Amino acid sequence: MSVMYILIGCSIVIAICFLGAFLWSVRSGQYDDTYTPSVRMLFEETPDEEVASKEADPSQDLKFTNP
Amino acid sequence: MAQAAPVCYHCGADCHPVHLQREEKDFCCEGCHTVYQIIHETGLKGYYDLNSHPGATGQKGDAGKYAFLEDESVISQLVEFREGTLCKVTFTAPDIHCSSCIWLLERLYKFREGILRSEVNFMRKEIYLTYDEAKISLRQVAELLAAIGYKPELSLARLEGGPQAKPDRSLWYKMGVAGFCAGNIMLLSFPEYLGLEELAFTRLFGYLNILLSLPVVIYSAQDYFRAAIAGLSKKHINIDVPISLGIVVLFLRSTLEILLDLGPGYLDSMAGLVFFLLIGKAFQRKTYDALSFERDYKSYFPISVTRLKKGEEEQIPLSKLQPGDRLLVRNGELIPADSLLLKGPGHIDYSFVTGESETVEKQAGELLYAGGRQEGGALEIEIIKEVSQSYLTRLWNNEVFQKEETEEIGRITSSVGKYFTLSIIAIAFIAGIAWFFVDPANALNVFTAILIVACPCALALSSPFTFGNTLRIFGRNGFFLKGAGVVETLARAKRIVFDKTGTLTQNGNSQVRFVGEELSDTDNLALKALFHQSQHPLSRELTRHLAGDKLPSTEEYQEIQGQGLQARIGGILWQAGSATFVGTPTETQAGQGSQVWVRKGETILGKFLLVHPYRHGIEEMVHSLEQDYRMSVLSGDNEREEARMKALFPAGTELRFRQSPEDKLAYIADLGTQGEGVIMVGDGLNDAGALRQSDAGISIAEDISAFTPASDAILGGASVARLGDFLAFAKTSMKVIYGSFVLSFLYNVVGLAFAITGNLSPLVAAILMPLSSVTIIVFTTVLTSTLARKKGL
Repeated sequence: MSVMYILIGCSIVIAICFLGAFLWSVRSGQYDDTYTPSVRMLFEETPDEEVASKEADPSQDLKFTNP
Repeated sequence: MAQAAPVCYHCGADCHPVHLQREEKDFCCEGCHTVYQIIHETGLKGYYDLNSHPGATGQKGDAGKYAFLEDESVISQLVEFREGTLCKVTFTAPDIHCSSCIWLLERLYKFREGILRSEVNFMRKEIYLTYDEAKISLRQVAELLAAIGYKPELSLARLEGGPQAKPDRSLWYKMGVAGFCAGNIMLLSFPEYLGLEELAFTRLFGYLNILLSLPVVIYSAQDYFRAAIAGLSKKHINIDVPISLGIVVLFLRSTLEILLDLGPGYLDSMAGLVFFLLIGKAFQRKTYDALSFERDYKSYFPISVTRLKKGEEEQIPLSKLQPGDRLLVRNGELIPADSLLLKGPGHIDYSFVTGESETVEKQAGELLYAGGRQEGGALEIEIIKEVSQSYLTRLWNNEVFQKEETEEIGRITSSVGKYFTLSIIAIAFIAGIAWFFVDPANALNVFTAILIVACPCALALSSPFTFGNTLRIFGRNGFFLKGAGVVETLARAKRIVFDKTGTLTQNGNSQVRFVGEELSDTDNLALKALFHQSQHPLSRELTRHLAGDKLPSTEEYQEIQGQGLQARIGGILWQAGSATFVGTPTETQAGQGSQVWVRKGETILGKFLLVHPYRHGIEEMVHSLEQDYRMSVLSGDNEREEARMKALFPAGTELRFRQSPEDKLAYIADLGTQGEGVIMVGDGLNDAGALRQSDAGISIAEDISAFTPASDAILGGASVARLGDFLAFAKTSMKVIYGSFVLSFLYNVVGLAFAITGNLSPLVAAILMPLSSVTIIVFTTVLTSTLARKKGL
């Protein structure tokens, strides 16, 4: 039964990871606007935009958080 | 061949029979075509493919309007973040309304080099922009937005307030932590639920549970402790007192039991309880991001004005305006501060600030009050007072605006909660003392068990969920509340006070009627030609009203200020204006609305009557309210429309005219001291004081994202007729709450039976407490939704 100790330890560590992920998602503003992304994901990207968003857009490296 | 009237390809407005046609597409105006061209040239055709006619109607280019954005102090106020030449700024664009808008605005980088990134928050109608200052200026960004039909809204409040406050995310964190801990504690309590107490790791699980419950007590539940202490320090027992008591007793007793190896404790119930309470809090905190309930005159005033300096026009921010400055005020622009009219004539529309429905004529040399809107040609004015010292803005110095309004959520819960708490403590003591004589070892157990099981989770959840759901139901129907607590205030009100101008009646678009002999077509054309010459607001309304487009030429045109117009058309002298001007005796009976007499040569043909029509649905609204409420009408206007108001409202309605903004405030305050719950319904800045003073202020707005004075609720123009339904439903929600109190009382009786007999095992608590919470949540939300559907809301 001593394997339980390891299992409990693992389960709590994993749960803490999820909690951390949740706190990060709130912090990065993902809960500030719950409507617009649902619309945005339905837009089709034209081929040139995919290139643009990967190469030409220098702001990709910048972390953008909503105020 | 019958064909549907052409609509504008850009904005979808009906096109005039003679309109622009380019590339086989119809456009209603030059503005729409320009926007189309800009978007088309950039290759963003997808804008028109996503939705048909996605544009906004009535765009006009105002060159130079954003010149003040060159000013360094303005830029530093607006820009939220700067790193090198990289800037981030947030603009509010009320014209955002569909998915095409999001699509286009998030591709702004295609229009102009220098814009690096743009992101839209649809609900808040905001655009977050990152741009490179070296390549594009803030002014150019704003002008680009305006050019493609999304005018950024920039008001004085925005400039003075600096960047907007960050959204409050702490409730999310607290909920996350509580949910995490509650879930894990329950998992670790499973051996207990299954009766596997004798296993080796139960002790370890107990210690882990204590560890996991610490963040819940210390972090997630802290608001309840704070509220309870704040209440107690004011000698007031609110609902947070028994909640805090329950949480503390649960935690202490469980910790002791675990540490002394007496039992597994009730930590699962404790964490679950806090988690449920926080969900309830989040549910009632529904906000309407795009609406603001806190606006004052600063949001109404423009951000920049046109100053004349040595004959040159320049745009300066309003905050830099000083007495002595000379300004140019164009048609439709606002007078920003009390000032002297230098070059007129002024036709000032004060309906929003004083409630007068007619425009006021001003001559050069007369004093103009801030907040009026010029209807007519451009004016030159000299500022004599600072913006904040003007006649209109002084209203905000009244003490009503000084004190912070604390939102009291669930006063009903508090008042019930008080008796509840006292009786629970009494029961706990009596039972504890009784057990002391029977079995002293069990006395403390029973005492704490009662406090635990009676923790008013269900009681505390009923009003957040009922009011929260009511808030959403109202929102779907065009009635937006500032917070859940307003529902209760609305349900209690006995008296409704209305403003007249703009609230009951609609400004602009008068109903025009001609009294007299019927006019021939040539007479019509002659009159139109006459009115066409004048910038007077009445003339412009009449020009719009009269049909025909082949106007005869006029000679010897003359406009006599405050009197009327005259001109020779086809050799005959035409006159139009006041009764004395055309030479007819003034009627003794006060007419309704404005009148314009017409005289052709020597004969008086008759008069035009212009009446401001009622807002659509007002009759139904008054009819639905007259049974249950006492009503009053306050008007900043004169008695001209008294007869009409008397016909609209039931007998006994108090009608007051010529009320200044301060009079309105005082009237509401007076009603308030009589102990009646007062609802004020208004629309303009002149009602701001009364709206604030009343128990619940409702402002009516045709376009809900347009300016509305600070209030507790905003009612969309289309939903005015249903105000009676809304108020009735607020009362229904109260009944639902009473019903849920009965339910939670029943649960408490069962729980207390367990507790008093000393049989409250952790398993019973773990089932009973979440069950009662879930029952209340389901009961209140399902019942309010069903009742709403029955009433057609």
